[in-house]
Order: sequence, then structure tokens, then C-alpha cells
Amino acid sequence: MTSSASVSFLNEARRVAIFGGTHGNEMSGITLVNMWIKNGDEIQRNGVETKPFITNPRAVEKCTRYVDTDLNRAFTTENLSAPSKEDLPYEVKRAQQINLLFGPKGSPNAYDVIFDLHNTTSNMGCTLILESSSDHFNLQMMHYIKEAIAPDCCRVLLTEHPLLKYSTSRSVAKHPIGLEVGPQPHGVLRSNIFEAMRLVVKHALDFIELFNQGLEFRPCTLDVFRVSEKMDYPRDTNGNIIAMVHPHLQDCDWEPLNPGEPIFQMFDGTSICYEGVGTVYPTFINEAAYYEKQQAFVTTRRETLAARAIKKAHD
Amino acid sequence: MALPKSESQYAGHEVTSAASWMERREVVFPTVSRVAVCGGTHGNELSGVYLVRERLKKKKLTEEDDLVSVVTVMSNPRAVQQCRRYTETDLNRCFTRATLSCTVTDKTPYEIVRSQELNALLGPKGSPDAADLVCDLHNTTANMGLCFIAYSDCDWICLHIFRYLQRQMSNIPVRFIHFDLPLNEAYSLDSVGRHGFAMEIGPQAHGLVRSNILSAMQDGVQHMLDWVRLFNSGTQFEGGTVEIYTMVKNVHYPRDPETCGLSAAVHPHLQDRDFCLLRPGDPLFKTFSGETVNYKGTEPLYPFFINECAYYEKGVALSLARRRSIAIPSIRSERDRKPRRCMTAEETEEEDETEESEEANGLWNGE
Repeated sequence: MTSSASVSFLNEARRVAIFGGTHGNEMSGITLVNMWIKNGDEIQRNGVETKPFITNPRAVEKCTRYVDTDLNRAFTTENLSAPSKEDLPYEVKRAQQINLLFGPKGSPNAYDVIFDLHNTTSNMGCTLILESSSDHFNLQMMHYIKEAIAPDCCRVLLTEHPLLKYSTSRSVAKHPIGLEVGPQPHGVLRSNIFEAMRLVVKHALDFIELFNQGLEFRPCTLDVFRVSEKMDYPRDTNGNIIAMVHPHLQDCDWEPLNPGEPIFQMFDGTSICYEGVGTVYPTFINEAAYYEKQQAFVTTRRETLAARAIKKAHD
Repeated sequence: MALPKSESQYAGHEVTSAASWMERREVVFPTVSRVAVCGGTHGNELSGVYLVRERLKKKKLTEEDDLVSVVTVMSNPRAVQQCRRYTETDLNRCFTRATLSCTVTDKTPYEIVRSQELNALLGPKGSPDAADLVCDLHNTTANMGLCFIAYSDCDWICLHIFRYLQRQMSNIPVRFIHFDLPLNEAYSLDSVGRHGFAMEIGPQAHGLVRSNILSAMQDGVQHMLDWVRLFNSGTQFEGGTVEIYTMVKNVHYPRDPETCGLSAAVHPHLQDRDFCLLRPGDPLFKTFSGETVNYKGTEPLYPFFINECAYYEKGVALSLARRRSIAIPSIRSERDRKPRRCMTAEETEEEDETEESEEANGLWNGE
């Protein structure tokens, strides 16, 4: 039995958005959102207004990640407050529009929840991306989702890091949730990946409905992978990549990597090994879109977060 | 048996023996003295891009060779620089006679200008001055292993190289896909050479390199060049039988009648099952509302290019082929060699990246 002193009473999560096409070539989210725009029955829940939304329509039309700049890095304070001018990059203008529609970021009028649907070429399976370790609503939702899809796995990546955290489209909401499903090549729609993403969204909306109906969610723990370090490809003095992800690391997202184990393979076959301290859990291994961001993979460390009991506050 | 009508263009002359079976024929060819290895024809198919870059780095240290000259070419440097399939139009559809001979203006798409440059460098297509062998490197998102793709089912040079790779390479399945098109309609870069094929390896997502896929491509290219040297040294390659897949038709995605958007994805039972026989009634697609769409053809066929990213814009979900056994004759090279044509580097690209232009227009060099 929970003592009322340890329950967090939170406002109902009435306004929920589902973003697809933040990257115009990540096909599962684009397909789902277009489908739901046409017929939203599947995403309706009592007490919830769900809005499916294509965030980067020009990139979707061209089936490219972005047109001028990465929309999912564009929601910085600087960009959102920049004076609106004709020569702003498309995605910056778009970020400002999205901030008006679903934000303003940080204000009481912002949407309660935004799910941002993504695909990755990495073998990450279903991954929920958590931006704050003190967002107990999100912690409880992610715990609920993980239990609901068991025995299938859904991992949680915590991107709370002073340098590595980035300004996402979903960050406009009070409770931002990223959903990354892979492996899938960009521009391709794989049926199993599509259905997996659809199922995670279904469970997430079920959670919100239950919460809004007044259900109390008991304290629980959530195992997460906290981002630690970004690892770039070895490059020559001209900046050209001179090695690839090692065959022993390829597709081994979330598996332990120990110092001394191979991470890169030069084109002549020589191996380069991990020289960090202690065991890490790499992810985003060989994501195509990150070659230009100087990232071959990120390392993470395992952590267990404590989620407080939550319940909808009375009006 | 009747000789295939297109055999004469492959310039071998027949040395008949008493037996009339194809396998016991011996066909003699001129040496394959000039070989082109091309990568980056699609700028986001990175195994070929990386392979070409590495070859160009090492080439500066090698010496001339009597047996074979190899030119290494980065076909579409602009698309490579942007890591895109193409910038204005697909370069690998620009090698039909019509496109190669059209007048270039300042409105001509970059890739058409480039196809004419490549035709001048490696061709002209259809002429005796063309490169003896063009090998064009590609990747696919489909689970196809290593595939030779060629326009002829009786180019004995290509078929022997194929059989040689099949025997040498045990880590990856090696297959031969035949697109039955006459030379004039052949649209891809490999059709510029006197002999040519695309070497297509998957599965690999566009825009990235998988080490196993790059290794397979490096091995494939090395074995091809080994074969060429053996052939040019006078080795006789015995006849035999090979199995090839001849393209029959494409299968398009079902579309939503209102929005014209896709309404289904490749069925999970078909996904990644390239070259597994597809029978009438087998699942093809799973719609977004959960229904299965089955194959309604009457002939069992072999699917390939299942869920290739680049074909979405044409609405093509997969291609279907018939598998056939074909007999190939023995072949060997003639003793007399043709005089080697000297090539010079072309002018630098507009972008003025000299590294790029070296990649794009390499010198004919010995191995």
C-alpha cells in the first residue's frame, strides 16, 4: 500500500501528439502517421485527444532525412526565438511552426505528450528514448510498455547528458518520448518493424488512457541505458573514414563491450580495440545518418531508475 | 542446338571439335587486357565507393603489368559527395544509345553529361575501342548475396568469371541474373564495355558500410582480376553448366485507390527470401490493415530485389525470374594481343576537387 505522501499527483495527459516524418526517410512513422491521419480510430482513447502529425513534409516528399538541416536538432532556444526571416533554413522555420502548434516549449500550454517515431539502420530493436530521469510520468509509461510487450524486449535509452543531449522535435512537449525501431534501411518499409512500432504506440496510448481515468501506478524501477560517450570512426588527416565497424561489433547493440575487444576494422583487416574503462553497452552501431555527425556508435552504462507512484490530480 | 543470335557481338571465334555439344566447344577470345572497376555509380552504395577509394590510394605505388590494365573509376562523384543515389537523374539508366548520343546543353542533367564522359573514357559503347570488361559495383538493401547482373546469357567471358567466383567464394551465395535486353536498349554502365556486368551485393542499407559486405566485394573484385590474369596467360577454362536467373517481370506495390500511396508492405514471409521459389498462392504483401495479398501468377518464379529501397519511387516491390541451366563452352584467349590504347586523364570537375577528379577519371594503369 502506498502512503499518499510518496505519490506524485500529475495533471491529466489530455493532449497527445504522434510525430512521424521528423526524418523524411524513416518510413515506419511516416506510414503510421499518414494512416492515422486518414483514419484515426486505432489511436482514439477515452479522455485523450491524439493528433497524428507529419513534422517534416518536404523531407518526406523527397524521401530524404532533411532538406536544409536536421529537424531533430533544430529545437534549440536560439532557433525557436530567432526572428522569422525568409532565409532561415526550412527546418528552422518548421521548428518555429511546430513550437507554436504544440508548444511553446517550456510553457503550461504545451502539449502533454509527444511521441516521435523514428527508424534506425542499427540493430536496436524497439528502443524508447527518455530525455529526463526525473520525468516520473515517462518512467511509469516506459515501465508499463516494457511489461506489456514482454517477452519481447523494449529498451530505454536515457539521453540526459550535458554534451550529448540534443534539441528534439518532441522536446516541445511536457513529456517527450522518442521511439526508435530498427534495423531498417532508410527509405524502406519492413512489415515486422512497422508492426512493432504500431504495437508500442498502442500500449503507450493505453497507459495514458488508464492514467487519465485515475489509475494509480505504484512505485517501480526502470532499467535504462544512460548515454556515456560518442565514438567516431577512425579518420585520416583529411577527415576521410579509414575503418569500418568491426564484424564482431556490427549488430551487437546493447551487448556488453569490454576494454580490449574489437570495435573497428581497417580496410587492410587490422582491428582497433576499445580502450575505455569498464564494461559499456554500445548502441546506435553503424547508423547511416550518423556518418556525417562523426558517430560510429555511442557507449552507454546501465542504471536503474526509481519511478515514484503517480496518479492523476483531481481538478 | 541453335546458336543464340546475339553471340556474334562477343567477338569470340569458334574452334569446332567433332562433338556438337556446347560444352565441348572451345571458343577463343582476344585477351581481356583492359578492365574497368567502377564504384559510386549510385552515390550512396558505399561498398563500391570505399573500394574504389582504397584502390585509388594504393594504385600510386603499383607498377605496370603486362597481363592486364585496370582503370578504377568513381562514376558519380557529385552523388558520392552528397551520399545520394543521384543528383538529378539515375546515372545507371543513362547508357542507352539514345541518351549517349543526345546533344548536351547547359540544361542537360548532370548524370547525362557524366554518362557521355564515361562513355568516352570506357567506350565508346559498341565499338572495338571500348574497355574489354566493365565491372560496376553496387549494393542493394535486398538479401541477395553477390549477384552478377548482365544483359546476355551467352557472354562466355562473364559467365566464366561468374562460375569462377562461385567456386572460389564460400562465404556468400553467388548468382547470375540475366536481363534480356538488346545492346541498344541496355541502359547501365556495364553495357559500355565489350563485356560487362554489375556486381551487386546485399543486404546493406544505403549510406553505410558493413564490413562483411565490403569484404565480399573486395574478394569478388580480386577473384575477377585473378581470373582475367589466368585467362590472359592462356589458361583454358573448361565448359560446363551454370544456373542463371532470367528476369521475367516486376511486381508492384498495391496502392490506396484514393491517396495513391502504398497500402501494404512486403509480407514478413517473403522479406529477405530472395531466390527462394515463390509459388502461386504464396504471400506477397501484408496490408496495413493486416490482410495478406498472395501471388496470383500461375508460374512459380524466383523473387529478387525484394524490398530494394531505390525501387520505391518506381513502385516496384520485387522482381521475378525464371531459373535456367545453360551450357557454356570452354574458352581460352588468343596468343596474339591487341595493341593497348593509351588513355589520358580528363579535365578536372567543376567542383575543383582534384581528389575527386582523380577518382573520377583514373589513368589506365597496370595492376
